[in-house]
Amino acid sequence: MSTRKARPINGATGPWEIVIGMEVHAQVASNAKLFSGASTKFGAEPNANVSLVDAAMPGMLPVINRVAVEQAVRTGLGLKAQINLSSVFDRKNYFYPDLPAGYQISQYKQPIVGEGELVIDLEGGDSVHVGIERLHLEQDAGKSLHDQHPDYTYVDLNRAGVALMEIVSKPDMRSAEEAAGFLHKLRSILRYLGTCDGNMEEGSMRADVNVSVRRPGEALGTRCEIKNVNSVRFVGQAVEYEARRQVDVIEAGGTIRQETRLFDARLGETRPMRSKEEAHDYRYFPDPDLMPLVLDQARVDEIAATLPELPDEKKTRFIASGLSAYDAGVLVAERETADYFEEMIATGAEAKASANWLINEYFGRLNREGLTLADAPVSARANSQIVQMVTSNLISGKIAKDVLDIVWHERDADPMVVVEARGLRQVNDEGAIITAIEAVIAANPQKVEELKAKPKLAGWFVGQVMKQTGGKANPQSVNAILKKRLDISDEG
Amino acid sequence: MSVDKDTVKRIARLARLALDEEQAGHMQTELNAILAWVQQLDEVDVSGVAPLTSVVEQRLKMRDDVVTDGGYPEDLMKNAPLSEGTFFVVPKVVE
Repeated sequence: MSTRKARPINGATGPWEIVIGMEVHAQVASNAKLFSGASTKFGAEPNANVSLVDAAMPGMLPVINRVAVEQAVRTGLGLKAQINLSSVFDRKNYFYPDLPAGYQISQYKQPIVGEGELVIDLEGGDSVHVGIERLHLEQDAGKSLHDQHPDYTYVDLNRAGVALMEIVSKPDMRSAEEAAGFLHKLRSILRYLGTCDGNMEEGSMRADVNVSVRRPGEALGTRCEIKNVNSVRFVGQAVEYEARRQVDVIEAGGTIRQETRLFDARLGETRPMRSKEEAHDYRYFPDPDLMPLVLDQARVDEIAATLPELPDEKKTRFIASGLSAYDAGVLVAERETADYFEEMIATGAEAKASANWLINEYFGRLNREGLTLADAPVSARANSQIVQMVTSNLISGKIAKDVLDIVWHERDADPMVVVEARGLRQVNDEGAIITAIEAVIAANPQKVEELKAKPKLAGWFVGQVMKQTGGKANPQSVNAILKKRLDISDEG
Repeated sequence: MSVDKDTVKRIARLARLALDEEQAGHMQTELNAILAWVQQLDEVDVSGVAPLTSVVEQRLKMRDDVVTDGGYPEDLMKNAPLSEGTFFVVPKVVE
């Protein structure tokens, strides 16, 4: 099944194993909220996306959003999980100003989705299977702003009532890398499914990370829950810090208290949240305003039939078409990337060559320019043409970069036309290459002399010939002809 | 089943109800009377019966995913003891 490198923490008294479980809140992609007709759009004027239901005005009753339910089912199917045809909404009771009803409608004992599984891809092509414990639907709370006034807190309920999926993993992760990999993979799957936009900056996905340590093979240690971890990178940092902290406490003779801690992204550390102790008694009970949620198996089957090809399946298919596990992993991580790659193939480029070109050349360029695939100027079709011209020896790899540069700046330029119009075709003609070589030799007699003692100078000659031909000569041909002409042995 | 006074006080605190010693005593008596009354249900054998969350034979009604509500922040502020612009304003709750 899974291959996994043990990554224990080495404490002063020996190795410790880290045990990690995650709870991820993912905002359901929907137009309206879970129980009201108010908009879910981000960034509206304070309290503009709030209905009387969301503000918990007396007498208001919740009516569930069908699409939010179906998105949860879709996500459950994507996680290969049990779909519960009957589930129940409960009230989770606590007081906070951004929770106007004094309770959150959630699901407790009977969630809509039960056990499933997710496969984490690790660097080097290893994979780890992580169990999904459950997925349930619940309302988001509003937002409290504490920094607007010295004595008051400002409350915006725009987010209150937005549908969330809380996805809970089993404590199956054993390193910071695996924890980060879990969040990364979950985000990828949700985005493929279209059930959550995965925008962590806007808070569409938020992770709580449960961390404990133990001696390898022993029973689970006491865990701490780290809240407020809002990026894949921070998950890794938070786990590293927290596990090390726990080991230090235990080795110094202390014990770990079960508590909720906050991750401070600026300092890269976790610290305890004060109070909250008693607040953990939520007194759940079934919400009398809502009937049990009953689904038809036929509808679940219909949703299953519309599931897209997910990253794991796509990766397997890409590997079968000749890509390395690493390349396939890079290309399937984002659906947009995979679609772009597939469009290059569909327009005639070869798979392996396209993957190399995208990963080694085009993505590097996007990174340098700080652009994403969606807002970059070169179409999949244009990149496909460039790759095809290289594969068929029409242009050299070096010229390909120049062509990309031109197409990058002249948005609608056709790469084929660029090559023809600017005479960038690769020179494969032996006569022309020999002429260029003779010219370089004639101009550099002393270098020819030096070459006898220093065979490494051959590379310099190749460079000069390439320069002479404006980079258009076929480098393999130049190399071969040059060696013959100057009588350089291959070992040279 | 019955509740002791400490439990009554704890429940009150969780519900943000301020009870003095005497009120807590009254509340304990009342709650225990209610619990004793409900406890009559224990006489029914419910082994093998799934817990019931509603007695209404009706399916949960569903709504289409269409924005039909909101857009009246000024109205929402009308009952708020304090507001600023279209924010609700409450006593500082951060530690």
